[in-house]
Amino acid sequence: MSAVPHRKPRPNYLLSAVAIGASLVVFVVPFVFILLTAIKDRRQAAEFDFSWPQQMQFVQNFIDVVQARDYLLIIAYINSTILTVASVAIMAVTSAMVAYVLQRRRSRWNGFVNFLVLSGLIIPPAVVPTIWVLQRLGLFRTMPGLILVEVAFGLAFCVLLFQAFIASIPRELDEAAVIDGAGPVRLFFRVIFPLLRPVIVTVVLVQSVFVYNDFVNPLYFLPGEQNATVQLTLYNFNSQFNTQYNLLFMDILLITIPPLIMFLAFNRQIVAGMTAGAVKG
Amino acid sequence: MATTTVGRTPTRERAAGKPGPGGRARSPYPYWFYLPAAVIYGLLFIIPTITAFYFSLTRWTIFDSQFIGLDNYVTFFREPALVSGLTHTLIYAAVTSAAKVVLGMLLAILLTSQIVGRGFLRSVVFFPVLVSTIGVGLTFTVLMNPEQGLINDALAVVGIDGPAWLTDPRYALLSVALVDVWKGVGLATVIYIAGIVSIPSEYFEAAKVDGAGAWDTFRRIILPLARPATVTVILLSLIGGLRSFDLIWAMTRGGPGFTSDVIASVIYKQYQAGFYGLSTAGNVVLFLVVTAIVFPLSRLLNRKEVDL
Repeated sequence: MSAVPHRKPRPNYLLSAVAIGASLVVFVVPFVFILLTAIKDRRQAAEFDFSWPQQMQFVQNFIDVVQARDYLLIIAYINSTILTVASVAIMAVTSAMVAYVLQRRRSRWNGFVNFLVLSGLIIPPAVVPTIWVLQRLGLFRTMPGLILVEVAFGLAFCVLLFQAFIASIPRELDEAAVIDGAGPVRLFFRVIFPLLRPVIVTVVLVQSVFVYNDFVNPLYFLPGEQNATVQLTLYNFNSQFNTQYNLLFMDILLITIPPLIMFLAFNRQIVAGMTAGAVKG
Repeated sequence: MATTTVGRTPTRERAAGKPGPGGRARSPYPYWFYLPAAVIYGLLFIIPTITAFYFSLTRWTIFDSQFIGLDNYVTFFREPALVSGLTHTLIYAAVTSAAKVVLGMLLAILLTSQIVGRGFLRSVVFFPVLVSTIGVGLTFTVLMNPEQGLINDALAVVGIDGPAWLTDPRYALLSVALVDVWKGVGLATVIYIAGIVSIPSEYFEAAKVDGAGAWDTFRRIILPLARPATVTVILLSLIGGLRSFDLIWAMTRGGPGFTSDVIASVIYKQYQAGFYGLSTAGNVVLFLVVTAIVFPLSRLLNRKEVDL
């Protein structure tokens, strides 16, 4: 993090000022705009101006958004939480198991499994055939169905992250545990899995952001008002609040808060997860 | 595919366990650890991917399919609105990837140099990556409003008459691509930062001793040694760009007309219209485009990494 290629005696103040100024305009202003519009009254919000609200309506807008369509936003938050927690948990455990065997056991399956993992990263999912499978399984339009879909699409990335990390755990540890009489399940869940903590944190954070922000899969596989996830409320409110931009932006603001908290708390781990592979290729 | 994997697992395991040295009857790394992931992945990813090829050749109502040969593909490539989706996809992916590579690298060099507020800048550039795409899309739809939007207001201040962005057929696709770059450049930047930081500082010191200027350092050291990062950024943004849907849907829904439709939005529109076979044909086209571009490219770009 601190290795600096260009070793100059003192920081370049002019460049710094330009960079900070530009970043404020390009990256910060849109977020401030969201915040300002979210607390304006209806009439002023519709002007799309970057101006201070004449009337602070934070509480009123907040209540209006939450109450809209019979507290849909609350239901959506519950749905999104269930979806994110369940799919990320399943993803983390099952992909760690795959990565562990894949990394530890040399066999003629390795090439094939690696190929499947690579395919999972690259190939765009076939939408309607997935609906067809879900329909056959009786899981279409159900939360468990959507959870499994998220797991299926997220597995490959998780396996890659785990695989790289497991390679750094010495095999002697496995051998010692086996000599102590541990079976495969105990060896993995009691010895190896706890050691994976740093990468589990990374996997959980990165995938939580992906799943929470996912719009396409809920749109296809869990349609219907009562099933909405938070991303879909944004989409539904857009048509409903076409003239109420203050409420639309309040919704955007509320939906941006969970990633913001994650970012403030775990910036380093999230960046680590997303840049994994950048150094090695 | 997955079922064969699973079905043959036990035999294979016994076979592998027996000749093992010592009295160890079973491997401590059993193949059934693949099972939970294999079932989910096989059912919801592999089977749909393979059956898509068949269903794209049918008239299909989910419950009932009727084989019609290549009719869906003929429709797809005859209908100008659908074909333009294909070209838009390629333009969108190429523009966003190129912009992310160039801007990401420049920002990364800036953010690894000696400037004040580096931590702040890195955070600010990266944060949009974590924000909801739909939220970003709706926000920028408002910011890009031709008459009232903040962007054209700001351009007017410096005397530029801003374009109509999303409502102008010529610029709609590129406007969305611009927002895609705004949202995604942070990821490219942190990938490049990781790549640049991993270059041993001896190289920079040696270059300095040899009297290399900033350009030489960039050209001869950063560019070649940050190559893995470049590969990652190109592949990630191509994969993302080719299947991009949410941002386009949130901002233009493919409009005005079909001028910003991409394959992914065509797939959704045909699905909504009930043309499941045609929608799936679109999916197969997307599959072929992605694999035809990304697989050879990843082979070409990192030959070393084939055996992970």
